[in-house]
Amino acid sequence: MSFSVTEPSKRQKWFAGIVVVCYTLITLMPLVWIITTGFKSSPDSIAYPPKVVFTPTVEGYVNLFTTQTRMSPGVITEPRDHLPWYEQIVRKKGNTIVGPSRFSERFFNSVIIGFGSTFFAIVLGTTAAYAFSRFRVPLKDDLLFFILSTRMMPPIAVAIPIFLMFRNLGLNDTHAGMILLYTTVNLSLAVWLINGFIDEIPIEYEEAALIDGYTRFQAFYKVVLPQAATGIASTAIFCLIFAWNEYAFAVLLTSGTAQTAPPFIPTIIGVAGQDWPAVAAGATLFLLPVMVFTIILRRHLLRGITFGAVRK
Amino acid sequence: MAEVTLHQVTKTFGDTVALDHVSLTIADHSFVVLLGPTGAGKTTTLRMISGLDKPDSGDVRFDGTSVNRLMPAQRNVAMVFQQYSLYPHLSVRENLEFPLKSPLLRMAADEIAKTVATVAETLQITHKLDNKATELSGGEMQRVSIGRALVRKPNIYLMDEPLSSLDAKLRADLRIELKRIQAHLGATLLYVTHDQIEAMTMATHVGVLDAGRLVQFGPPREIYENPISIYAASRLGQPRINILPADVFGGAPSGASFIGMRPEQIVQGQGEEGQVTRVERLGDQTRLYLLIKGHDLVTVTEAHTTLKNGDVVKIQPKHAFYFDQEGNRVN
Repeated sequence: MSFSVTEPSKRQKWFAGIVVVCYTLITLMPLVWIITTGFKSSPDSIAYPPKVVFTPTVEGYVNLFTTQTRMSPGVITEPRDHLPWYEQIVRKKGNTIVGPSRFSERFFNSVIIGFGSTFFAIVLGTTAAYAFSRFRVPLKDDLLFFILSTRMMPPIAVAIPIFLMFRNLGLNDTHAGMILLYTTVNLSLAVWLINGFIDEIPIEYEEAALIDGYTRFQAFYKVVLPQAATGIASTAIFCLIFAWNEYAFAVLLTSGTAQTAPPFIPTIIGVAGQDWPAVAAGATLFLLPVMVFTIILRRHLLRGITFGAVRK
Repeated sequence: MAEVTLHQVTKTFGDTVALDHVSLTIADHSFVVLLGPTGAGKTTTLRMISGLDKPDSGDVRFDGTSVNRLMPAQRNVAMVFQQYSLYPHLSVRENLEFPLKSPLLRMAADEIAKTVATVAETLQITHKLDNKATELSGGEMQRVSIGRALVRKPNIYLMDEPLSSLDAKLRADLRIELKRIQAHLGATLLYVTHDQIEAMTMATHVGVLDAGRLVQFGPPREIYENPISIYAASRLGQPRINILPADVFGGAPSGASFIGMRPEQIVQGQGEEGQVTRVERLGDQTRLYLLIKGHDLVTVTEAHTTLKNGDVVKIQPKHAFYFDQEGNRVN
């Protein structure tokens, strides 16, 4: 580990602080923009100059979750007070709700496919990495290089063969197909990262466990896994972020049943004019799971992201 | 406890011969110390017995039964490693409980608690039981590590330089403690070290390893007083035995090329003249570095000697060892 020999002066510390604050503001800006837009009314969302102070409304969220239709002016007969709050919001624009939108389904698809593929990538990646790290695997280095080589081009470069394969196998627009695909793409990353973490764990711990009366699998489970937890957690975050955000394959391979949120959100734009608040609301909700997952694993991530350099 | 036997055990790693037809019997209740420099095959011997490595040829036997095909867990041995000894994600108590909770033993909870408490008390780590293993000092870690072996009643205890990372004081304390525990338990113990004091003070038998071969085996006193070669003689004794050409003093038996003299085998007052090149006062004794016929020699003299650099001392050997050209004992 390297560190500077002299304590930074007060001025240097101030400068560093200002740089960090500026950087944070710049990175947070789009996030703030998306979150606030989700709570703006449609005219406010496209107002120029942009409105910093505005009357918040959940109209965008209501639009996001519902399918609406225009009502002819004379049709409104029922008294407004009996209607649920979301219907009242819609009525103000002269619309009525005819049913739920597809957003929650798509969102749920994203959860199943994102977390499902992460789970498989981690389980397979950890066991493969353990084998590479601990056993005498023939052609080990070549195999590892081959595994990595699958990431030397953008995955979308093989989109057409994958599309054809999926069509022949009947995997198009299925959850299983998407989980399989994202697991495959993430697996090389998982094997490489976790292999590095397991290499860092001295083999003596497992040998001690073997002598203490445990089998190899028990030693792996009780001694190696807890110590690799940091690395596995950070790898899981990387895998989830990829699977969660993946757009191109999702557009290509899913359309109905298994469509994930990323290809769905843009379609909101076209439903009733350019409904930016609804899009922003969708994007905000879409951010949440990865954020929560990352916060839960944050303790591990901070240590893990240094790729094991802090250990020892 | 069991009698552990190695029969003609050979192990190679690539081109390196780690063990070369080693035969060795560790009698029940004995404390055997393996001596030798790095690479002599000490640790490999332990790993053969523990089952972490398998011999290329030869047999490892427990009470006469071959255990070659058994997994480490099935052999029921306990081992103390030189380093990385404790499970870092567990507390001290969990570390000590770990072998007792194994599928091999499946000890009852109340019995585990009792055993851990007893061992913790013996090793004076009771107050640290609920610390994380990583929050201990080096000495405490090593004590816990020894404790994790002592909670069990295995066929044999294997210890790989368990005290080498400790400071001198702790080392001396634990040395006495270990010997006491071994005598008390009547344990069979195989101990690897390159520290001759550990070997001399604790061992009932010492095995001297040289490049994968067991060159001498016997009680420490016997190896000290009757070494079979220059190599075996050099393992024990502080300061080291002096090896000079046999003709420096005369009176060498035929075939002798070298004479080996420990400080107590050097008598001052008569014989060849040597020049004092250095005087080291250690308090309880004083070491005298001499130059005799162009050869360096170290001996011990009385603590309050008045000798100083440049003085001339006459010395002669008494009951010295003689070795042939290959370094083997001839007298």
